[in-house]
Amino acid sequence: MTENKNQPIITVKDLSIFYKTFRAVKNVDLEIFENKITAIIGPSGCGKSTVLRSFNRMNDFIPGASIQGNILFHDKNIYDEDVDPVQVRRMIGMVFQKPNPFPKSIYENIAWGAKMNGFSGNMDDLVEKTLQDAALWDEVKDELNKNALSLSGGQQQRLCIARALAVKPEIILMDEPCSALDPIATLKIEDLMRELSHNYSIIIVTHNMQQAARASDMTAFFTMDEDRAGVMVEYGLTTQIFTNPKNKQTEDYITGRFG
Amino acid sequence: MNKNNSIFESRAQGNLKKRHRVSKIWRSSFFLSTTIGIFSLVILLFSIINQAFGYVIVENNVDPASLSSMPLQSLEREELISILQENVSKNRFKTIQRDNPVEELKRSELVGLVTSEIIKPTTLKSYFLIPSLTNKAEIIRTQQDEFPNAVVQFRSWISPSFLTDPLSTNPDTTGIRTALLGSLWIIVVTVIIAFPIGIGAAIYLEEYSSNNWLSRIIKTNIDNLAGIPSIVYGLLGLAIFVRGLNLITSGAFIGIDQSNGRTILSAALTMSLLILPLIIINAQEAIRAVPSSLRQASYGLGATRLQTIWYHVLPAAMPGILTGTILAVSRAIGETAPLILVGASSFINKDPSGLFSNFTVLPIQIYNWTTRPQAEFRNVAAASILVLLIVLLTLNTAAILLRNHFSKNKAA
Ligand SMILES: Nc1ncnc2c1ncn2[C@@H]1O[C@H](COP(=O)(O)OP(=O)(O)OP(=O)(O)O)[C@@H](O)[C@H]1O
Ligand SMILES: [Mg+2]
Repeated sequence: MTENKNQPIITVKDLSIFYKTFRAVKNVDLEIFENKITAIIGPSGCGKSTVLRSFNRMNDFIPGASIQGNILFHDKNIYDEDVDPVQVRRMIGMVFQKPNPFPKSIYENIAWGAKMNGFSGNMDDLVEKTLQDAALWDEVKDELNKNALSLSGGQQQRLCIARALAVKPEIILMDEPCSALDPIATLKIEDLMRELSHNYSIIIVTHNMQQAARASDMTAFFTMDEDRAGVMVEYGLTTQIFTNPKNKQTEDYITGRFG
Repeated sequence: MNKNNSIFESRAQGNLKKRHRVSKIWRSSFFLSTTIGIFSLVILLFSIINQAFGYVIVENNVDPASLSSMPLQSLEREELISILQENVSKNRFKTIQRDNPVEELKRSELVGLVTSEIIKPTTLKSYFLIPSLTNKAEIIRTQQDEFPNAVVQFRSWISPSFLTDPLSTNPDTTGIRTALLGSLWIIVVTVIIAFPIGIGAAIYLEEYSSNNWLSRIIKTNIDNLAGIPSIVYGLLGLAIFVRGLNLITSGAFIGIDQSNGRTILSAALTMSLLILPLIIINAQEAIRAVPSSLRQASYGLGATRLQTIWYHVLPAAMPGILTGTILAVSRAIGETAPLILVGASSFINKDPSGLFSNFTVLPIQIYNWTTRPQAEFRNVAAASILVLLIVLLTLNTAAILLRNHFSKNKAA
């Protein structure tokens, strides 16, 4: 099996996530591999976003949210007492469902995060490099001082990806990054993800089966059990999940007989 | 088809008439409310303006022409000083010297002194704007019949010299400078104290404090504090700042010879207490209204809480925070009761010069003047109200410009 060739960069062990007393995710075990695109799919409300947010401790901001189990990043549990969540988020960046650039210029959007992380090199070069990596440079190179909110939705989302890259993370989390975009902008982002996967590991939550099938290497399928707690049903190579699912529920879902 | 049509029409018509009637009634009552509001404002402004301008019948104690062949305004300082020395008694001159040494006065101030000490113009009768416009002949006849030595002048009670002259007991020569400076000092110091503390508290409550029973009690109490009558703050200020912290508010701790704590500092501290709840509440609202996607974007890049607040939350909330501050300052500038309690002087003609000066403020002067028997003080009061309104509008305009500056950064 190919997945064993790589060392896992994230290892999830017996993860449960609670909102107050409600258990939103139950007993998940998962390994994320370096320089791969991992897709998380499943019906609405099964806890995909919850799991994704737990990878860079964004759940910390939700009052009442708590976790059980371990999430090992380079063999270190990121929920250990001595781990600073800010450091985790610098290594594991995030792109959100709705593009959310800062209400500043394009340039500042990229420079800000890098500056806050103590970047001391040539900022102009960094901005150009990350915009090129995010396939946005050609469209905006003449108007870097324009307000980022005046860009189109697809451009804004690529700016958000560029902004995340500027912090030089190892992993990029994406929560339905294309759900607000048209098919052409979506394809652009998928191409971009493929490009980025040479240097980064990407975890993407998506509702779009074709997108998961097209763009990912690994796929995890989640669903809800009878308590409405999210459980992981099946995890494997994307080709295997989509052509030869082992589980009946997975098969029903990807063929559209579910949800 | 035809049948359906008529059914539709008969049912629709019945409802329609009623609905139109109801909506008409509501519409006109909304319109009426607006009209009443605007009408009262217009009346208010009109009555103030009516009193601030008009004809006066004035008699001079000494004819200016007998003092000098040239108009006073064109004389040199030395000439003005010698006129002063020659025409007032020795004792009076000493008193003047003690209050304001004449050698240090500007020429315009000397002219004012000569006018108030020697010429002593007395307004025998003053008229409001409307009678002045409609009844000029009558006014002139009154002057000729009753005050043959006097002259009729059109006077704007609000004038440059009204703004720049110190307070005096004579409505003809009094200015408003002392009170204007007092108000400005207090407002500026109040904002310097209350603005950062208010924003700090709002940031803590919104961004740091967890939502437990203690913070909920604090939040509820801040809301209640905003509704407490201002006189209560005055009592508090009197007890804490004027009496309790006398050593500090009087300036004694840095060796300022000032026997009481009835100072600008005490007043500003009291005013800060008064407007803090307003600033906190408005700042909280503004901070809460900052979209969470902005915070997430910042945290997602590995920013700390402080960086997120400082670079994203505060700039986005600033227009709302400034709006709240405008409201609070507008309230503070018109407050009278608490300042009377913390010891605003009802009569003082020495300009406030720092945190530890005694003071008076515009609303207190307005109040004092309206309680005087002489009719001319009503004109002076009206003029001061106009000054107060202008100060208010100026401050608000400045804050609105600042707010627009921040909003512009946010716009797409
Ligand atoms: N902030 C929150 N507070 C309380 N419960 C929450 C919160 N966020 C999510 N939940 C609950 O956790 C469960 C999983 O939610 P989550 O958003 O992770 O689902 P999802 O798989 O991302 O769904 P979708 O596909 O619709 O985005 C849901 O039952 C939801 O009601
Ligand atoms: Mg989701």
